[in-house]
Amino acid sequence: MRISQLTLTDFRSYAQAQLTLQPGPNVLLGFNGVGKTNIAEAIGYLSTLSSHRVSQDGPLVRHGEQQAFIRADAHRGTRQALLEVEINPGRSNRARINRGNPVRATDVLGILRTVLFAPEDLELIKGSPTVRRRLLDDLAVQLRPVLGRVRLDYEKVLKQRNALLKSIRHQGFTATHESTLAVWDHQLAEAGSHLLKARLQMLSALRPHVATAYEQLSGSVRTARVKYLSSLDGEAPGARDSSADAPGPADPPDADDLSTALPDPGAADVASLDVSALESFSREDLAALMVQRLSAVRREERDRAITLVGPHRDDIAFTLDEVPVKGFASHGETWSFALALRLAAYRVMVDDDPSEGAQPVLILDDVFAELDARRRRRLAELAAEAEQLIVTAAVDDDVPASLMHNALRVESVDQISQVTVHERD
Amino acid sequence: MYEGAVQDLIDELGRLPGIGPKSAQRVAFHILEADGEDMKRLADAITTVKEKVKFCAICFNVSEENTCRICQDSRRDPSLLCVVEESKDVMAIERTRSFRGKYHVLGGSINPIAGIGPDQLHIRELLSRLSDDTITEVIVATDPNLEGEATATYLYRMLGSIGIKLTRLASGLPVGGDLEYADDVTLGRAFEGRTVMS
Repeated sequence: MRISQLTLTDFRSYAQAQLTLQPGPNVLLGFNGVGKTNIAEAIGYLSTLSSHRVSQDGPLVRHGEQQAFIRADAHRGTRQALLEVEINPGRSNRARINRGNPVRATDVLGILRTVLFAPEDLELIKGSPTVRRRLLDDLAVQLRPVLGRVRLDYEKVLKQRNALLKSIRHQGFTATHESTLAVWDHQLAEAGSHLLKARLQMLSALRPHVATAYEQLSGSVRTARVKYLSSLDGEAPGARDSSADAPGPADPPDADDLSTALPDPGAADVASLDVSALESFSREDLAALMVQRLSAVRREERDRAITLVGPHRDDIAFTLDEVPVKGFASHGETWSFALALRLAAYRVMVDDDPSEGAQPVLILDDVFAELDARRRRRLAELAAEAEQLIVTAAVDDDVPASLMHNALRVESVDQISQVTVHERD
Repeated sequence: MYEGAVQDLIDELGRLPGIGPKSAQRVAFHILEADGEDMKRLADAITTVKEKVKFCAICFNVSEENTCRICQDSRRDPSLLCVVEESKDVMAIERTRSFRGKYHVLGGSINPIAGIGPDQLHIRELLSRLSDDTITEVIVATDPNLEGEATATYLYRMLGSIGIKLTRLASGLPVGGDLEYADDVTLGRAFEGRTVMS
């Protein structure tokens, strides 16, 4: 997969920019703050409809303007599609495909696939669990766009359920509350189990690639490992703070007999399942387990008025052999691990659709400056396998010479960014 | 800001669902310029609707009598009961002319964020309607969204134990449409709810 033409209108620091990208490596060069990353961000946005830097669309529009446009000629093998996205902060975004009638922006999802590595990815290791959950969720959505809806549903159910828990705290607990809560338990488990199943599938697909990519990048003998920490597991961080309650007496059966009328969603004997082997669970078992765990923490949830069990409380542990990366690994190791995660995501996408021309566009934003010469060379070798590679760098010498084919110079004039083709010797 | 009465009208119109400040202003000026008789009829219609129309004592559909026309109609099948969220859903189903049973309007769906729980809906009244043996099947026709599904699940929990047949409207592909135009979620649902042909 590759992009041949990219046009930006009022996107970030660009008033109007048009650049031609070649198959293979493309290098965007320029000083800090001239707008290199904005180009990487725009290409990423076309494939995921979200920015890797901000969660709202507002900052994507050039200061003082109402809307921004990104337009790209995307090629997949011999096929070509013209993608146009109109970003309207505060209103719904629109898109056009091949100059057709405007469609919902979500219709462009899945046409262009990208994998983007940026300095922000250090947060994958050092940041909060939200960042790590997002890694799996975003990958799952890129591979199966229908999961975007599941994710949205889960967030909505969670909000409803938390609102209910809050009103219980205000009004006192009644039998009606218990039966309504049971309904939301069921909804949460349905959406949550789909989300969790997708994450676990992503993680087991990533696992071998993370190990290989880390080894190839660093030449280290230590194995990079990933492990899912689920709040369904009583030992996981999400659930640990409630474990004091778990062995206590079960909730009194003040729920009236209605709650027993409904068979459990999976009706499986979850007690006999080994929670540490979540990845082997069926979706139904995950749902049943979630319902069971929710009822175990009922009392504490009522006290704290938040939902304590579910994919929104989970985390992923990264280790080198058995040693956690966070806090123990060096800066270079941390950086390599984050990079290995993105390269693994790239390979998972290639595995998912091995047909010719389906490889995602690989974007490396400001990566080389942080690596030593050996790792730079190794990364350049690995990245060369992509059909199209987009690299940004502030210093020419940071980028290995083997990648310096199509160099584009990014400049800023009166705080408006411009791109020119840079002929190098 | 406009003077007194005009601004009052704009403010009142702006409170209506689906009408923003700009639309409110447009409607207000239309009213101002329109024929006095026409606008009097509009005002009367609003007054009458508030005075005369109330909710049916049995099914909570809108009605001018104490009980609505559908509940009074002896030709309708008393053994079938269709549960919907709003009165407008009754109208939608009535237009199909394929349902000949009776209705029960809940008055919304379970939505904790909006502060609506089962106690705010006409669920207790539904249970008392089911207490004799007349009704043999309850068709749950709440919206196929999160809140509608939650309400359906709640009803399932309430009614599952009393031995009345409970059904849920199917969701899936629209009639007359193309498979390729269906969105992923709908298509997925249609797969889950596929029916046996032979």
